[in-house]
Amino acid sequence: MNWFYIKGILMLAGMNLMAVLGLSLLTGFTGLFSFGHAGFMALGAYAAAWAGVRMGLPFLVALLAGGLFAGLVSLPIGRLTLNLKGDYFCIATLGFGEAIRLILDNVQTFGGARGWPGIPIRTDLWNVALICVAATWFMVRLVNSRHGRNMIAVREEELAAKTVGIDTFKYKMLSLFVSAVYAGIAGGMMGYYTGFLQPKMFGMAKSTELTIIVIFGGIGSVSGSVLGSILLTALPEILRTFAIWRLVVYGAAVIFIMISRPEGLMGGKEITLDAIRRLARPRKASAGAGTRAGAEGREVQP
Amino acid sequence: MAQFLQQMINGLSIGSVYALMAVGYSLVYSIMSFSNFAHGGVIMLGSYFGFYLLTLTKWAFPAAFVGAALCSAGLAVIVERVAYRPLRLRNAPFLYFIISAMGASMFLENFVVATIGPTFKTYPTVLPRAPIEIGPIYIGRLDIMIFIISAVCLALLVYFLDRTKVGKAVQATAHNPRAAKLMGINTDFVITLVFAIGGFLAGVAGVMFGMKYTVYPQMGGITIKSFIAAVFGGLGSLPGAVIGSLLLGVIETLISGYFSSQFRDLISFTLLIAVLVFRPMGLAGKATEEKA
Repeated sequence: MNWFYIKGILMLAGMNLMAVLGLSLLTGFTGLFSFGHAGFMALGAYAAAWAGVRMGLPFLVALLAGGLFAGLVSLPIGRLTLNLKGDYFCIATLGFGEAIRLILDNVQTFGGARGWPGIPIRTDLWNVALICVAATWFMVRLVNSRHGRNMIAVREEELAAKTVGIDTFKYKMLSLFVSAVYAGIAGGMMGYYTGFLQPKMFGMAKSTELTIIVIFGGIGSVSGSVLGSILLTALPEILRTFAIWRLVVYGAAVIFIMISRPEGLMGGKEITLDAIRRLARPRKASAGAGTRAGAEGREVQP
Repeated sequence: MAQFLQQMINGLSIGSVYALMAVGYSLVYSIMSFSNFAHGGVIMLGSYFGFYLLTLTKWAFPAAFVGAALCSAGLAVIVERVAYRPLRLRNAPFLYFIISAMGASMFLENFVVATIGPTFKTYPTVLPRAPIEIGPIYIGRLDIMIFIISAVCLALLVYFLDRTKVGKAVQATAHNPRAAKLMGINTDFVITLVFAIGGFLAGVAGVMFGMKYTVYPQMGGITIKSFIAAVFGGLGSLPGAVIGSLLLGVIETLISGYFSSQFRDLISFTLLIAVLVFRPMGLAGKATEEKA
């Protein structure tokens, strides 16, 4: 276990975290289930690589461009699909994700299915960490804002949310947009990390992986998504020795989590500074039931 | 003209297999209101069951065929027991069902990769390869058999649902599970039965896909096509699933025949989104309004 290896895993975890945070907003907080988020990652990855390699923009600007491009594409997609109910939306996003991959397979300027090599390696641990911290901070702020609470209302009961005057369509759209931007930036970092892009990297398996991390971390919990990304990126590395059985265990674990602890790792709770302080002084916290109730009032229940 | 007819026949043949998958999936949807993403895993294993019954136990083809379908039915019931029943008893939201289904699908696929291996397997030849010639049109014997078997299976299903008492119970449960339960229908049994039927059809489809192409662990991915077909027709509607599947099969073969096979799937997906935009409930689906 040298530092280089650990650094690689941490960077991978960071990139997954970026995409998972976005999906967490959409699935965990707004209650929309997407099977096509790898498509947004692909869009961001190719756009960022194009901005950096062909247009010569600096790395961070290129990443941002990738994210924004994915976000822009999400707007017409959302317009078309966000009114669909439940499973229809799932299947539409699935179709969308696959469509993006198939289009990229056939665009020859980006190398088509053979892939696009020669992207400069710009992603390193420090800029991944910086972007992740900034993204997490923004997500926490968003989720705790009025907009975030409106999204939660949409997840809990769309009709009721509408009745109390929330523009549910607008919030679903906002949620999709932000999550697409996050996925786009994640994809961009990935391109500048591997130095090579191929549409195959962004197939349905990637979308599924992201969703599973969100669920594992716990629906409606930002800190759950953070923990989930780190654990589930590191876990396959630890299980590397039984490579083939890894995904079997993974699949079984997903079923097991759903039937035994569907609320996931964090169960809709957050690790906040308050909670850590309470843990540090357990006696006082258990005595003061009032403060605990006050803290729980801010937590998000799925 | 001859080429067009040829493409149509190929399209109907492939569409009829999509129909078997889509009907199984749609039937489960009509009762449980969630997308059973583990359906692909059952189809894939059905194909493997057929392959091993034919090659290892040397059963005659019809016996192996029915055997594989029955094994798949059993598998689908087991998946329901393990992955969905606990959720059902808890009245979990549909999101959890889908995730559990994804887990099951992942488990089945990778279990096969881990035990049998990721290599492609080819079915032994059951029918002579030489096609039948009708004028300028060539029809593969396998294609004819696939079409006939699919049609027979679907006809039997329609007869079962419309003419038998148990079939009526299935329809009643699809219409309103709670009311059906209050009327004394054993909905647990109905759900098990529906999974068994879906699994049986999945097994039939799996064997036929295996014969037409090859068998490999990721072949469950083909069910995306049946999801699309079911959505075309309207989720939960059986006639819709059949029409959607035949339509999809014909459109796909026409596109690969006249345009480009590279764009085949892309056009299917675009069509899917187009259908959803103009008819969000599919071609034959019923419009449902959420009630306050």
